[in-house]
Order: sequence, then structure tokens, then C-alpha cells
Amino acid sequence: MIWDWDWTLEILPELLTQGLLVTLQATLGGAVLAFVLGLFVALLRRSRNPFVSRPVGAVMEFVRSTPLLVQLFVVYYVLPDFGVKMTALMTGIIGLGVHYASYTSEVYRAGIDGVPKGQWEAAIALNLPRRWTWISVVLPQAVRRSLPALGNYLIAIFKESPQLSIITVVDVVGFARELGSERFRYLEPMTIAGLFFLLVAIPASIFVRRLERRLGN
Amino acid sequence: MATEASTRNDSSVRTDPQWMIRFDKVVKRFGDLTVLRELDFHVRPGERVTLIGPSGSGKTTILRLLMTLERVTSGTIEVDGQCLSHMRRGGELLPADERHLRQIRKKIGMVFQQFNLFPNMNVLRNITEAPVRSLGVPREQAEEKARELLEMVGLADKALEHPSRLSGGQQQRVAIARALAMEPEVLLLDEVTSALDPELVSGVQDLLRDIAHRGDLTLLCVTHEMRFAKDISDRVLMFDQGQIVEDGPPEQIFSAPTHQRTREFLQAVLNA
Repeated sequence: MIWDWDWTLEILPELLTQGLLVTLQATLGGAVLAFVLGLFVALLRRSRNPFVSRPVGAVMEFVRSTPLLVQLFVVYYVLPDFGVKMTALMTGIIGLGVHYASYTSEVYRAGIDGVPKGQWEAAIALNLPRRWTWISVVLPQAVRRSLPALGNYLIAIFKESPQLSIITVVDVVGFARELGSERFRYLEPMTIAGLFFLLVAIPASIFVRRLERRLGN
Repeated sequence: MATEASTRNDSSVRTDPQWMIRFDKVVKRFGDLTVLRELDFHVRPGERVTLIGPSGSGKTTILRLLMTLERVTSGTIEVDGQCLSHMRRGGELLPADERHLRQIRKKIGMVFQQFNLFPNMNVLRNITEAPVRSLGVPREQAEEKARELLEMVGLADKALEHPSRLSGGQQQRVAIARALAMEPEVLLLDEVTSALDPELVSGVQDLLRDIAHRGDLTLLCVTHEMRFAKDISDRVLMFDQGQIVEDGPPEQIFSAPTHQRTREFLQAVLNA
């Protein structure tokens, strides 16, 4: 098989505009959801009320222990039977977000546990209300500690986003597959798609490593 | 009417206003380890008391119990006539809830060995956060007060600095200002100079000496610096194995201790 440069140049623009846009939407949407939801999950799991902490913990354990692919399938093909209708991309974003929230919640948990005991004690000694102890003392420090790990999950979400093509989302990889099936040639479109992931993921990893060093933990 | 009566009940019966702090048969155990055994002692309002004794004798535990960072195993502690561990509600004695504890903590401030400044806030915010969030003081007013306190501790120019950019001594002075911003009646000092480089110790001690001799603050101080103890306090309690073995004015304790354990301890400390 010989690399076809003409075809490469022909498909490159549409692959990188249409496919790329969807991949970025899925990644950023999923990541924002995972980061926000994960924080709430981490807080709920700390609740002193076992009727809150236990079920939340169980659900997240379940989500973490089943494949993203299966979850996407279920959400996309089963939920409409219960009257929930969303676009495929929206479904994908929610699937990615919830799945990765089960991981980011653990990141936040570690971040919260890493806040020194003395910080809590100082807050008590100052009679700072519990709510404000969380908002202005504990969470800012915990989130800061969590940033490098969250960055790594952002990259992971980016690389996992092609799984959304199973539910008809046409991202870079999905688009490459469509192009390939037109000519029964997958070498060029898939290589371009792969290179694109490489070109984004490597600088992103370097950035995360820098962040890690700068935050010094 | 009914609410008023119950609020008055909430704040407990003021048994004896002549004592700011009362320990009554206080026992504190951590697992098998008994740190305080049936400890009794009283502190008058405005009294400046230093707790000395070998490490592990329970001095720091006393401060932590008062700050409600620990709970007593048995016995009672009262601060300004209010019981720390229990509250009276409708004639019934119940374990203290968060609201009751917050009420009592208003009277107490604490300075820690490791400063425990909030690293995510600048100096000014460290000092104003609690008055604003806890007492509802308007931010401008809290900042004005904070700047006065920073002036007093000699750090007026560091208000917008980040704690990590300050020396240990400066951080501890900020922590002192932060504690004073809540206007406590009792100030607890837990080995406040132990974590400092030797050349920074005297600055913090001088500041605390000024504070001690200025106001009518009740002071409870745990320290290993005997000269500082002598300067700052008008009463010294010598602890050993969770009990007070000697209690008296610093002149007497330091120059003519009556108890064998005190003599041994002072000998060890002064030779160190």
C-alpha cells in the first residue's frame, strides 16, 4: 500500500474542521462536567449522613467498574425508551462526564485529605463557620493540589473521546472511518487522526508536568 | 417569651464568674494512654498562666481541650461559667452541639506552634476572614482593624504579602494578629516559638510580652522557654504525668521549687 498524498491533502481540511470540532466539543464538555460533578461527588461522599454518602459511593463504584463503552450504549439506546431525548453528542458528553467524575472525585478526595490538619484546627480556633472553612480554606488548597491529576484526566478524556463514535457521534476518528469506508482505504485518514491526537496530547502532557512541578506536590 | 427563656438556658448556668477557666476532675485518654488524670485547676479572668513540664505531661492537651479540638473523656471544663462539653436545655444536660461550641469558642483564641496560616490567602485576608465570615463584620471595617493589628505586630507593610514569603517569626506574628482580630477573652499560646529559628524567637516573645501586659486578656501559655515564662506570667503550673505537681508565682517556682519533680525538670531545661 502506497501513501496517497493527493487524497491526503484532499481529506485533511474537512477531517480537521468537522471531525476536530466534534472531538474538542466532546472533550471539553466531558471534562467540565467531570471536574464539576467529581467535586460534588467528593463532597457528598464525605457527608456525615450515611444515606447520602453510601449511595453516592456505590453509584460511583459501579460507574468506575463498568466500561465506558457499555455505559454509552445504555445511555444512548435505553434512555430514549424512558422518554429522555438528547443528541448523540450531548449523550456522549454526559457519558464521558459521569464516567470520569468517578475518577476525578477520587482526585479531589486525595486533595482534600492532603490539606494539613492544622488548617482545619486553625479554622476551628478562629470559629470560622464550617461552610466557610470549606469554601475559603479547604477547597482552594485541595483543588490546587488536584490540578495536575485533573490535567492528566483531561488528556485521558481527549484520547477516549473516539469511543463516542459507537453512538454515532462523528468525531475525528468517526469521520476518518467514514472517509475510509468510501474508498476502502483507511491508512491515510486514520494516520491523520492518530497524528492529530499525538500533536495535541504531547504538548498537553508537557504542560501538565510543568504544572506539577510549579505547584510543587 | 418561651424562646427567650430557652436561650438563657442555652448559655448554661453561670456558676462562678470569678473563674475564667475551670477544670473539674478532667480525664483525657487517647486509647490506653491517659494524658490527664482527674485534673483540677482554676484560672481567674485576666490571669496569665504558664504551663511547664516534661513533654507528654499533658500541657498541650489542656489547650486543645479548651479550644475544643479534643473532647474530654470525663470531667467538666468551664469557660466563663459555660460548660464546654455539655449544655443545659430545658433542665436537661445534653452533649454540646456545634452551636453551643461556636458560642464558647468566641471567647477563646489560639496561636499554634506551626502558625497554621492559610496559604491560599494574603496576610490581610488571613486576618479578616474569620471576623467577616464568623462575626459578620463588614469587610472594610475588618480590614481597618487588621491593619491596626499589623501595625501593632510590626508588619504594616506586609498586608498584601503572601504568607509563604514571610519568615517564620513574621508568620507567627501574623498568626497572633489573626487570633487577636477575633477579640478573644482567653488566648492560648501553644509553644509559639518552638518552630522558630533562634534569632527570630525574641521578636515574637517581645510582642507577646507587650500584649500580655497591656490588656486584660487571660493567657494560657505552654512553653519550654523559662525566661519567657517568667516574663509573661503571674502564675506557673508545673505538670507531670497528667497532674499538677506545683502551682505558684514564677519567682517561687523558678527560684525555690518545693517539689522534687520541678527541681529535676528545671535542672534539665536550664542545662539544655
